[in-house]
Amino acid sequence: MTLIDLANPTRFLKLTARILPWLAGLTAVLLLIGLYQAAMAPDDYQQGATVKIMFVHVPNAWLAMFVWGVMSLAALGTLVWRHPLADVAAKAAAPIGAAFTFLALVTGSLWGRPMWGTYWEWDARLTSVLILFLMYLGLIALWRAVEDPSRAARAAAILTLVGALNLPIIKFSVDWWNTLHQPASVMRMGGSSLDRAFLIPLLVMAVAFSLLFVTLHLAAMRNEILRRRVRSLQLMQVAQASQRSA
Amino acid sequence: MSLGPYASFITISYVLVAAVVLILIGWVAIDYRRQKARLRELEASGVTRRSGRGVADTR
Repeated sequence: MTLIDLANPTRFLKLTARILPWLAGLTAVLLLIGLYQAAMAPDDYQQGATVKIMFVHVPNAWLAMFVWGVMSLAALGTLVWRHPLADVAAKAAAPIGAAFTFLALVTGSLWGRPMWGTYWEWDARLTSVLILFLMYLGLIALWRAVEDPSRAARAAAILTLVGALNLPIIKFSVDWWNTLHQPASVMRMGGSSLDRAFLIPLLVMAVAFSLLFVTLHLAAMRNEILRRRVRSLQLMQVAQASQRSA
Repeated sequence: MSLGPYASFITISYVLVAAVVLILIGWVAIDYRRQKARLRELEASGVTRRSGRGVADTR
């Protein structure tokens, strides 16, 4: 099956019906392994057991940015290639991305209180992630405000691409400005500075959360296709009723 | 496994993540059932797709 074949919503629905149970099962198994490894990970010599918050905070923070990246690709699909599933993909991803961003902000705050002595600081990293969260909410509001999906699609795609400018700001904020948030310790030049005892559970959790996103995203896309099918049938129903009465 | 003096911060983080993930799963599952139910209602009322397939046919 090629990417062109997936442009057909019916074929896409058939594919998701086949792979969703397997994806959900694999996600659950990986999450259980990751949680076990996180529970068994040693305490950090400086942070103590609070380092365990990293195993949920970091995957959510990565996904907060990754999901916007996926939405940006989908936005290009809407504007440039007019792919029939591109807007469906972007719209389905937004609430999931907003949830991951919310979790990154709150778990970061809960990690920050014991380590920094404060829940919140208006530094570049925290502020740029908060802006990302607000942009997710803005996009969701835009899709809800415009009833016609095709009209909403273009506006949402443009807003998504403008918002993508925030992604490098988030990533490099800890290098460009003096922030309370620590610099990158996993994805950085020269390799990870994390000990294997923390790095392996973190990577397992990151893969598990990424699979969770793929699973939820495919399921939400399936729902969005069905919602649009319902809408078009309701419009047909109204048209048929008005023809009969004419 | 001892979580030390900041056990409440660690526990709340994990419970919150679990709660939000469960809400997401519930939202997706409930939305799917709702859309399928709407499609079946439309099919029952005689509205058909141009392809001639059942409106609730997704497999």
